[in-house]
Order: sequence, then C-alpha cells, then structure tokens
Amino acid sequence: MRNIATGPRRWSVPSGTRSRAVRHLAAGAAATLVLGVTAACGSSEDPTASADQQELAEGEVLTITTFGEFGYDALIEEWNEDNPEIQVEQTKVSLWDDWKNELNTLLQANDGLPDVVAIEGDFMPALVAAPDRWVDLSQDEVKDRWLDFKVQAATTADGELLGYATDAGPEAICYRADLFEKAGLPSDRAEVAALMTTWEDYFALGERFVEKVPGSKWYDASGSIAQAMLNQVEHPFEQADNTVDVENDELKQVWDTVTTHSGDLSTKAAQWSDDWTAGFKNDGFATIPCPGWMRSSIKANTGDPAPKGVVWDIADVFPGGGGNWGGSYLAIPKSSPHHAEALEFITWITAPEQQLKIFASLGNFPSQVEALEDPELLKAEDAYFNDAPAGEIFSNRAAAIEVQPYHGPLYSDILGKFQDAITRVDQGKAPDESWATFLSDVQSLQ
Amino acid sequence: MSTQHRVAGDTATAESPAGGAPALRRTSEGRERARLLRRQRRSRWDLKVSPYLYVSPFFVIFALVGLYPLLYTGYLSLFDWNRAYYVRGEFVGLDNYRFVLTDPVFQKSLVNTFSIFLMSSVPQVVLAVAVAGLLDRRLRGLAFWRMSVLLPFVVAPAAAALIFGSLFADQYGVINGVLKELGLEPIRWHVDRWWSHFAIAGMVNWRWTGYNALIFLAAMQAVPRDLYEAAALDGAGRVRQFLAVTLPMIRPTLVLVIITSTIGGLQIFTEPRLFDDTPNREGGPDRQYMTSTLYIYVKGIEDQFYGRASAAAWVLFIVIISIAALNYLITRYATRRSTA
Repeated sequence: MRNIATGPRRWSVPSGTRSRAVRHLAAGAAATLVLGVTAACGSSEDPTASADQQELAEGEVLTITTFGEFGYDALIEEWNEDNPEIQVEQTKVSLWDDWKNELNTLLQANDGLPDVVAIEGDFMPALVAAPDRWVDLSQDEVKDRWLDFKVQAATTADGELLGYATDAGPEAICYRADLFEKAGLPSDRAEVAALMTTWEDYFALGERFVEKVPGSKWYDASGSIAQAMLNQVEHPFEQADNTVDVENDELKQVWDTVTTHSGDLSTKAAQWSDDWTAGFKNDGFATIPCPGWMRSSIKANTGDPAPKGVVWDIADVFPGGGGNWGGSYLAIPKSSPHHAEALEFITWITAPEQQLKIFASLGNFPSQVEALEDPELLKAEDAYFNDAPAGEIFSNRAAAIEVQPYHGPLYSDILGKFQDAITRVDQGKAPDESWATFLSDVQSLQ
Repeated sequence: MSTQHRVAGDTATAESPAGGAPALRRTSEGRERARLLRRQRRSRWDLKVSPYLYVSPFFVIFALVGLYPLLYTGYLSLFDWNRAYYVRGEFVGLDNYRFVLTDPVFQKSLVNTFSIFLMSSVPQVVLAVAVAGLLDRRLRGLAFWRMSVLLPFVVAPAAAALIFGSLFADQYGVINGVLKELGLEPIRWHVDRWWSHFAIAGMVNWRWTGYNALIFLAAMQAVPRDLYEAAALDGAGRVRQFLAVTLPMIRPTLVLVIITSTIGGLQIFTEPRLFDDTPNREGGPDRQYMTSTLYIYVKGIEDQFYGRASAAAWVLFIVIISIAALNYLITRYATRRSTA
C-alpha cells in the first residue's frame, strides 16, 4: 500500500507553475465534461411530445408489457399469424406492484417504454392526471364498446380517452365447499349466498366457521377484505376535487371492521405473499372475495386439477352489495414511435370477441357491453368451481354494483400504504399506532 | 526530467521568431530545423500529456458514472418534484433535507442500516480472518477448500435471497420447522425487527465472508515463513503465532477490507428488498428492515419524489464518508501506535 502511495510522487513535475497549469487544465476539462453532460441530460426531451412516428422496420416488433395473467398468449399468436406486418411481442411481469415501479422509472426516464402498456385500474387516475403523456385513443369504432364506468375512469376532463378497458372485476365470493361441510355449514351455493348478504352476516358466519374448524381461517387476507369494503365506499381516500381526505368516517369504519376481525378470521398473510399463496393449498382459509380474474389465481395456487377433497365453488353474492375490484386498461405512451399500429392492435385485442375468448379460457370478466350480453357467456359454467354458472353469477354481480368509488391520482399510492397499515396490525401492532403511521405516510405522499 | 523541461522551455521561447521568419523556412537548413522543432514539440507534449492520457480512462469513466451522478443528485435534491408528469418542479432550497432529516421513517432506516451493518460486517471480518487462517496451511485438496469458500459469492444475490427466503419463511420455513421439531417457539423472521436484521445479515455474511477470506489468505501467504519459524523457536503455539505474527503482518489488508465492507455494509439493498414478500417491498410493512438505500429507492421510484430521494442519498453519502474516514483514522492510529 505504502509503495503505491509514494508512487505518483516520483512522477510529479518539479516545476510548480507548470504542474499547477496542468492541474487547472485537467480541472477545466473535467468541469467542461460534467457541464456538457449535465446540459445534455438537463435538456431532456419534453415528455409530453409525441415521438416521431415510423413504420415498423423489418424484424421490428410491437411491444406490450402486461402483469399478472391477461390471457393474451394465444390471442397474440393468432394476431401474429393474421398480421405478418405487425408482429407483437409480449413481456409479462408477475406482480402489478413490480410493474408499477418499473413503469414509474420508465416514465421518469421517458425512454424504454413499450408501445402498449397495461395499467391496473386503480392507477388509471394517475394517467388521467397527466393526460398529455398518453395518446388519445378515442375513435368512432370503440364508441359504446365498454361499460360507462370503465370509460369514465379513463376519460379526461377534455374528453380524451387514455385507455382501452380489458376486463372488469365484479366481485362474488369464492368458497371452499368441502371446508363448509366440515364446519357443518350449508355448502350449496344458493344457501351460502343467502347467508352473507351483509358484512355483519359474513363475519358472524366466519365466527361460526373458525369455531368448528380451528385449523383454518375464514378469509384469505385482511387486505383483500379491506379492498372489498373500500370498493363500496364513495370517497375512500380523496374528495372529488382530489384533496386527500383519509380521516373520513367511512374509511375509519372499514379500518375498524377489518382490524377488529383480523385476529380471529384472517390468515394474517399479506396478499400475494408466499404465505398467502401457500394458504390455498394448506386449507388456510375458506372464503375469498372473488372478482372474475381471481379464478385463475385460485386455480394456479390450489393446483389444477384440485387436490383430492378440495372443492371450490362460487356464491352469487357479495356482502354489502356489489363491488368492482380491478379490471385493467391498455394505454399507448406518446414515446412510442408506432401509435397507429399499436392502436390497431389494442382495438382488436380489447374487442368483445377477444375478451369472450379470454373469459372462456381464464375467467377474466369482460367489460365490453356486447360481450356481457353474449348468450355463450351467460351459459358459461366453470368446471373447476363445481360447475358453477360463472357467466350468470358474474353478470348478476356486475349488475349489483351501485357505488363507483372515486379514485384520484394518489389512489393507488395511498392504497399501498393502507395495505401496509393493515399488515402491521396483522403482525401485532396496535391499530391506533399503525393508523398514526398510516396518516404520516399519507402526509409524506403529498 | 527537469533538464528536458528546461530545454523544452527554451525552445518554446525560440519558437515564435522561428515560425515568424519565412526567410529561414525556404532554406534546407531551416526546414531541417523546423522538423526538429516539431519533433521536439511533439516529444514535449508526449512527456507532458501522455501520463494523463494513460490514467484518463478511469477518470473519464469516473466523471461520467461517479462524479456526474453525484453532483446531479445534489442539484436535484434542491428541487420539488412534479409527480404527475415525472419532471422537476420548483426550486425549494433545503426543504428536502429538512423533510428527510425529520422523517421518522428515514431515522428508522438509518438505525436499521447500522444494525444490519454491525450484524454483518463485524462477524464477517472476524470470520473471514479465521477462515483464512485455517486455509493458510498445508491441507489435502487445498484448491478445493479455497474455491469452495468463494462459491457463495458466485451466486447472484437475487438467487441467494430466494434460498434464504425459504429458510426464513415465517409459517412454512425450514428453520422454523426445525425449531418446532425441537419444541421451541418459531421465530417471526419478517415481523420482529432484530430477528429480521439477523436473517438479512446472515444472507450478507454468507455471500461475502468467503470473498474476504480469500483476500486475507492472499495477504497471509505473503508473510515470510521464517517469521513463523522464529516464533516457533521462541515457543509460540499456533494461536500465539497467529496473534503475534499473522495479524500485524496483514494489517494493511485488514484496513482495506474493513473500509470496503463498511462502505458495502452501509449500502445493503437487494437482500432486504427481496426478503420482503409483501407487495410493496418497502422493507417490511412497519419498515422493520428498511435500509437507507431502500428508503432512497422507495422515495424516488415508488413515491416519485426524486428531490427527497436525492437529499436522502446525499445524507447517506455524507454518513458513509464520515464512517469510512473515522475507520481510517482509528486504524491508522492503531497502526502508528503499534509500530512506534
């Protein structure tokens, strides 16, 4: 070490002025370099400007990134066969939260975004809050294609449509018929439905259940019940003018209900965590709030075909009225150089015919009016769920939705903090303490 | 070198009249002279500039990927951020620093960082020296033993996090399974703050101990063997030899490893991020194991406050520099005293 330290001294130039001049020169060069780079990066392109539009070059593909399971594999294959000029390549990210972070990074850099971006419904208000980074997708062809509330959530004040809806998430209750029998509860789906029309009934039934089957819990996660209840609140986190208001009575009531029942009825695992996933296989819980798209998660996590003795079923009911959970959108960022091709593709893939195919193969419930009236859909049964008439059930659930909660631009972020707060209580924190942390978390989001 | 410089200096003063008199140029003598001058000038430049050119690649790259981000981060830390458009907002002076320094979450993350750092770097260095001491002797299959301590280092941190994730899972993990078999209470690895630090420090140690051990081993092998012989003649046993000969001889390496593992230990990110299996991945829902680098990530990428994230990055930078300097001073003081 010491040799190295004295090394440079042997090389140093004895003439003091000269070496100082060189040092000034070097410092100047370094400063020029730094300033040059700063200037180059500082004057980054305007994020609201559209990229220069180009035709797809030979071998170039249209890129789309989805999260979770959109059921697009077979459809994209079909599209690629019919459209040799516009080949589409899909990237799948397993969790929305991971994709959201990556998306934020890409939007920040305004570079590297795919041509088509899948957006979770809860995040759509953030796009609407900054509309000029996204391509206006409104065209006559898609007029009246979707349910009103889906279109509204993606439309700006100026009437621009920023996202094409894929699916909707009307919620039913999926339940383990075999565990219900074990607890001596009725397991027929009509009888089950009659027993849980309100949240009070639902929790009361849960108390009865866990008494009889102490090894299992009543529901999959405190977070999913919280989410379900939030979806029945008109202004969960933000008022209509986008001011954040998390100290309203309705939210407080959701919080109190969920944290009171967490001890007895919840698995206490965070949604999508390893322990949560394992709960499907290990008889961890008996019921789960169940939008159409949840069915593929249930199948994947429980195992398909189901392990011996495991019987899943769907009850045509949702406590406290209907509710919509999730349902996504496809959007085109202005940074894409292929707006026309991307628009053509998403117009096709969100068309009712395609969404019906996804409903048949995966269970994601369409948000397209025409698809909802389709006789095939209404007749559809789900063999995995004890041949439940899934089409009819989810159509009824969609019709039962009365409240469309208002989601402001911070909804998705606050929801994340709210879920953290609930997990803290699950882990043993006092609810008041956890709530105080939640309030300061929300404060630091503003 | 000094004479050459003087010569170069002299010709430099003679240069302008030579260049300014066109009559001289026309003669062959003048041409020859000009050629010599050019050559001289070139060799002078060579002498003056070449050394800097040789070392320049490092500094150019450092300026681009080290210095520039550092300065730009400092610049950004003075601005608010427009979350909707992901662009820089207004100049806010030191507001972001005020926010970060008074944020209880940041304070918690600093405590976590130091706790994980102490639980990882300290046992890591001690263990690495011990392992190197064991390997620094004639063993059967020496190459095998030496390579196998390096094996964990080859495994990507993400893969290591997966392995340790299944070891430390709260409900269905291997370690808790064993504890239950032994009739002990299972440990809530992802819930209890200090246990989660222990698990994360375990991941870090598993990965870095072997690497550091090999560095120590290289230093130990440079220790002249006759010192050991002399010590043995004086009746020193193995342990005494290790303490009195090996440790003082590898002190410079010790300093190096302590400083690098301090810097690394204060920047732990991948392990806590992947250890968290809740969707937010913020180092636990109660930030039980959120390190400061994770705080920077959460503020910048998840919450999209680049100004605050930049301010936090600068605070962490200053903390790390101070700790490294403190380490350096302590070890230098210790070295001075022992050689005196």
